[in-house]
Amino acid sequence: MGKKDLEKQDIGKTILEELTGGEPKEKRQKRGIWKILQIPALAILTGLIIGAVLIMATSFDVYDAFKVSLWKGLGTAFAEVGEAYLALITGSLGNPVEIVQALLYGDALDFRNAINPILESLVQSTPYIFAGLACALGFRAGLFNIGVEGQLFIGAAAATFVGYSLTGLPPYIHMPLAFLAGALGGALWGMVPGLLKATTGGHEVINCIMMNYIAYRFTTFLLTGPMSRPGTGGMPVSPIIEKSAQIPQFFKTPIRFHLGFFIALAFAALVWWVLFKTTLGLNLRTVGTNPRAAKYAGMNIIATTIIGMAASGALAGMAGANEVLAVNRSMAIGLSAGYGFDSIALALLGNSHPVGVIFAALLFGVLKNGATKMMVVSTIPIDIVTILQAVILIFVAAPAIIRSVYRLKQPKVEAAAIMLSGWGGVK
Amino acid sequence: MAATSTSIQRVRISDISPARKISTGVVEVLVALFIFAVFARTVSAGSITTFVMTPGGITTGQMGNWVIPSQLTLYLLAALSLVIGLFQLIRGFGKITNLMVGLVFLFFIFSFLTWQAADKSLNLAGMLSSAVQLAVPITMGSFSGILCERSGVVNIAIEGMMLMSAMVGALMGSLTHSAWLGLFFGVLSAVLLAALHAVLSIKYKIDQIISGTVINMFSAGMTAFLSQKFLQTRQELNNPAMFTRIEIPGLAEIPLIGPILFNTNFFVYLMFALLIILQVALFSTRWGLRVRSVGEHPKAADTLGINVIRTRYMSVLLGGMVAGMAGAFFTLGSVGRFEEGMTAGKGFIGLAAMIFGNYTPIGALGAGILFGFADSLGSKLSLLGSAIPSTLMSTAPYVITMIVLAGFVGKGHVPAADGVPYTKE
Repeated sequence: MGKKDLEKQDIGKTILEELTGGEPKEKRQKRGIWKILQIPALAILTGLIIGAVLIMATSFDVYDAFKVSLWKGLGTAFAEVGEAYLALITGSLGNPVEIVQALLYGDALDFRNAINPILESLVQSTPYIFAGLACALGFRAGLFNIGVEGQLFIGAAAATFVGYSLTGLPPYIHMPLAFLAGALGGALWGMVPGLLKATTGGHEVINCIMMNYIAYRFTTFLLTGPMSRPGTGGMPVSPIIEKSAQIPQFFKTPIRFHLGFFIALAFAALVWWVLFKTTLGLNLRTVGTNPRAAKYAGMNIIATTIIGMAASGALAGMAGANEVLAVNRSMAIGLSAGYGFDSIALALLGNSHPVGVIFAALLFGVLKNGATKMMVVSTIPIDIVTILQAVILIFVAAPAIIRSVYRLKQPKVEAAAIMLSGWGGVK
Repeated sequence: MAATSTSIQRVRISDISPARKISTGVVEVLVALFIFAVFARTVSAGSITTFVMTPGGITTGQMGNWVIPSQLTLYLLAALSLVIGLFQLIRGFGKITNLMVGLVFLFFIFSFLTWQAADKSLNLAGMLSSAVQLAVPITMGSFSGILCERSGVVNIAIEGMMLMSAMVGALMGSLTHSAWLGLFFGVLSAVLLAALHAVLSIKYKIDQIISGTVINMFSAGMTAFLSQKFLQTRQELNNPAMFTRIEIPGLAEIPLIGPILFNTNFFVYLMFALLIILQVALFSTRWGLRVRSVGEHPKAADTLGINVIRTRYMSVLLGGMVAGMAGAFFTLGSVGRFEEGMTAGKGFIGLAAMIFGNYTPIGALGAGILFGFADSLGSKLSLLGSAIPSTLMSTAPYVITMIVLAGFVGKGHVPAADGVPYTKE
């Protein structure tokens, strides 16, 4: 049903391309680093410009200043945007003056405080790396895992439960155990839409979204009922996890930089290896790009779909486990700040490649950390980040818009756009 | 020509696979056994269930309370479900299979209520009334989906369009002190988002599900941003004029139906008006035939001189309009103020209702009321002091959506070119 285009594709050629790793070598070398980066970079720039317009347009001070005179109005508008974006940058990357001073005087504490904004941005990036990898893995397998949010909640709940209920274990057992429990929780939650897609053809997008709502309400039930912290009077918050289950932080408490960041990088490497160097990865990618070809090549589409969703869910669960074990040390219902939607943006921005996802996650971590600081100095709600992400995403998904705005030339070889299946289910 | 295409469609609906015939029958028999074993056997023999048949606070169309013996009713419902299930297994219901599934589902719900309210009193009319109210955004959301998808454009951005319209409706309804102007601007904002979706998916041909997700994201961010910036800091901006209850003289006096359907919110009437308009427009007019042919076989439609691109733009914009009406219901018809994320997935549930209702407006209405009823269950039962926590009960509409998708997607009639961009050769 539908997708006549896929039928037309030469199946043998597709498999050959998959086996040799995409396009022929000489073509790949011609695409320089700028060619790869120009669309995301211009998309981000355009996003920031649109964000600036939004900040100007929703400020009463700007309107008041425009009543005085045009120049005063423009001045106030640019001053507001300047102040906001400056707070965004110093809040997320640190104040260069402070860093230089701390370096000159050689005070270790000052130095740590000066670079704390950068470290905090890395802390904020960590769940983004996991969540982005989850979505990227899904895209590679032709699955739109919009259920990262729910998988993250279930993963976090599982990790929390293992984290506080088991006592007396040595850290080198308890911590990995709690982390893996989180991965398992996410994997099980992610497997359900995969299973439904593979067996009944129910589209994973709606099922994932429904699972998100169920996960949210289910964890609310857990946190107010069986997993609630005694003595909090019905607040949805879990007991504090055992010391032995905590992922260690490197410095003393205001600085939260922790080992989880490096665990995330390690998993990015693992995802890269699995996707591009193993048979499983080849199966996943072939099912993702051309299920018909995969079928004729004798691949088990049902198993691959379920494994793809489970693996994606596991990574999402790790994002939740990481937040509980390394940062919050207990689970509250406000755990996720919309990582579910953000993960889609991350995967698209990073072209569904683990390395791309890491850079996109760093960018988002910086944006989010900075926006929190921006909210303190100005009255701009943190949701501006979501708007920025959506705008950036539109331009990354439709590069033709960016090309026409900036008068760029149409490339000869267009990278394959992501295409997901419609409601019809398994083709 | 319209007649031929409907008959073709009928054949397709009645074409139910043997595996599904059996599995549906098995499920129906299992429901019967469940009613018998779990509900009927745990109720004491002398229990009486009282259903109040007039919604609270309404004086028209009053009806006496309905007092029934709990256990006898449960045995009866179990027997009826069993008969339907066995008939399904042996003969099969053909094209009314979905209807029978819905009926067994209704029996199940009614049994559950009888069981929960044994020796107590439950306002059934109030529940039905709130089910109709809760069905409004879901049903209108699925109308929006039908318009888009019949023309071959998948639209999962209905949720975002509804949220945006709810926010803009509240804001403009407060500024202008007019519910009608609030509705107008709310619908306008949703149409603008629909235009974005149309341009991204028809002109730039980006994946329609990604385009929809982006719009949902944008909408969630934008409404939260504007709400925090204006609506939460200045309460007078979040206090819109609302559509009030309209009583239809005469009809409102009919017992039970009167108070629920004819002495109710403007949006309920709007929903029924749209139902009739859409049903007629899609299946009995030249325009409807064109829309459907573009969704089924755009190339053939193009060859016959139908402008595929323009038809699709038109359908998506109209879909955005309907989604905007659905969104305005939240702030102008129901709650009276905007809260962040208040649509709570109703747009997505609307898509499930669309699929369950087989891409027809009348089916979507039935499915929408079903989902609305599931939604109203949670709140009513927590009032009864049910043993099931309300947080778990509130997952019911989402669980049912998944079950419906698992059982029905791909088996009914999905427009053949749904989600496929059209390139003129």
